Amino acid sequence: MGVAGPNAVVDVTGQNQYQTLSWRRIVWRRFRRHRMAMAGAILLILMILYTLGGTLFFTEADANFNDTTKMLQPPSLEHPFGTDTVGRDILARTIYGGQISLMIGLSAVIVETVVGVLVGALAGYYGGWIDSLLMRFTEAMFTVPQLFLLLVMARFFSGKVPELQLLGRTFSGSVVVIVGIIGLTSWMYLARIVRADFLSLKEREFIHAAHVIGTPNLAVIVRHILPNTMAPIIVSATLSVASAILSEAYISFLGLGVQPPTATWGNMLDRAYNYVESAPWMWVFPGSLIVLTVLGINFLGDGLRDALDPTTVD
Amino acid sequence: MSRYIIRRLLQAIPLLIIVSVLLFALMRATGDPLATLGGRRQVRSADRERLSRLLGLDKPIGLQYLYWLVGNDWTTIDTDGDGEGDTPGQLSGVLRGDFGTSLVSRGRPAMGIILERIPNTLILMIPAEIIVIAFSLAVGVYSALRQYSLSDQVITAFSFVGYSLPIFFVALVSMTLFAVKFRQWGWPYLPTVGMFDPQVGKTTSQVLQHMVLPILSMTIITIAGYSRFVRSSMLEVIHQDYIRTARAKGLGERTVIYLHALKNASLPLVTIVGLDIPFLLGGAIVTESIFGWPGMGRLFLDHVTRADTPVVMGILMIISVAVVLSQLVTDMVYALLDPRIRYT
Repeated sequence: MGVAGPNAVVDVTGQNQYQTLSWRRIVWRRFRRHRMAMAGAILLILMILYTLGGTLFFTEADANFNDTTKMLQPPSLEHPFGTDTVGRDILARTIYGGQISLMIGLSAVIVETVVGVLVGALAGYYGGWIDSLLMRFTEAMFTVPQLFLLLVMARFFSGKVPELQLLGRTFSGSVVVIVGIIGLTSWMYLARIVRADFLSLKEREFIHAAHVIGTPNLAVIVRHILPNTMAPIIVSATLSVASAILSEAYISFLGLGVQPPTATWGNMLDRAYNYVESAPWMWVFPGSLIVLTVLGINFLGDGLRDALDPTTVD
Repeated sequence: MSRYIIRRLLQAIPLLIIVSVLLFALMRATGDPLATLGGRRQVRSADRERLSRLLGLDKPIGLQYLYWLVGNDWTTIDTDGDGEGDTPGQLSGVLRGDFGTSLVSRGRPAMGIILERIPNTLILMIPAEIIVIAFSLAVGVYSALRQYSLSDQVITAFSFVGYSLPIFFVALVSMTLFAVKFRQWGWPYLPTVGMFDPQVGKTTSQVLQHMVLPILSMTIITIAGYSRFVRSSMLEVIHQDYIRTARAKGLGERTVIYLHALKNASLPLVTIVGLDIPFLLGGAIVTESIFGWPGMGRLFLDHVTRADTPVVMGILMIISVAVVLSQLVTDMVYALLDPRIRYT
């Protein structure tokens, strides 16, 4: 990928022998040495183990089972994290809610990355009226703060997507809506980065060479330019998972997100501020899980940024 | 310079029109604003039809947008559905400063409802922004001047964690600590909800007390993020030649740091703060909801859930205009601070 120039290791014996490490190995070596990044990765693996391993002990029916005689019970042996306002077990809900929250984070970033790369690549590569049209649209989307857009769109799409069955489980249609709207309101930053990279790369000699031998535009974009913009895309996508998880939490917290009975870490916090004093366990557990996940992703993203930065010299 | 400003303002017009078309289309399709109109009473279907004709909800969306933008007082509305206009239109349109009347609080102009809430939001946001700028500059500079020392590393670690905290988490923790726990321990504690205690009334000290927790939760996270920016830009600046020159001339360390270095190091902060201000105007929606603060953010949330297009569009357009203007002001301030930048 790119030019390996500064990363070529010169043999110290002075003989003209170059031992070039592959880009992947350089990045992996830098990443491994980045203590915060490794801590973030471990934290994330623990989170994934928690949400997946928990399914061995609880079924989804446990997570949605409500026993109104056991409302708002503090943590006990039977309910280690306590119960919520309708008597559901909070431990089981954090496990299944975590799966949904992590899945929403990842899927929303896929939507975001596809749209962002598409808009940025087309605008940067073709320039002219396509560029100005797409960039005006990007600016327009940037002008309204994301949370406002999210709330308007959450209202717009709510109830329009039916429930869906996946892997033998039923998901509320609002999960799809939330994934879609988070993806569609967060691609603008990535589009600008990709566009800027395309603008400078398309003037380079190897791209001219590709044109000269008659490579079609699509192949130039996908095979020659895109691989060279991977580093910023990977970093931005990683950090975006954290903001997508937070966005889900914010909309659900405000009551316009994923609808019950499907649990997410975010909608478990809905109305929790009414129970700050009487039932703190209701928000402490899902809240802390969100914080740990976001922290892990941010550590990881920061480490990736340093590891992928071609200007860093070991 | 003035030509540059005029050009930027002219460029903003098509941008704002695109924004308003997008938002209007989303809002109008959002749901039936008449569904919640009658409260618990059933609205008769004949009344419903009459109302929807009166409000123009039966018109195609393009025409609705036109009425919203330039008003409908040049035409007549067909309220009885016989195909002929009989009532003159009342709207004078956004371009003439009329955002229509709220559908939820019937008969009240949307702009009036919004303007009522703006001071409440500003009371909360302006002190918050001042605290954020002051603290992030102080912490960032302190940290940069002691790069890799123990205190720098502690600050960096804290700011990294703080930056990752969601605001509702900080808010809930601070509520638990400063209100619930302090009261249990018999210490003076802070109020958590609203702008003032209705039994005491809206006195200055009441409002001040109620401001503490929302401002605390908002500022902690933002300071953590901004101070990292200040630290890294300060580190970049203090290794530059002109700083060495300033020292070589024999200037005092204070002058070098606070006059020469800080001025350039604060440039990135200007950009971030500039982009932040409109968001503050919208009021951190989450903060206002948690603390029950009657500002614009909560107004937005309340009215977006009830599909009250005039009020919601009013808030969104005010924020959009604020974004465009603050970007322009940011660029101006940037040119003022950095003589290398000139706009023509």
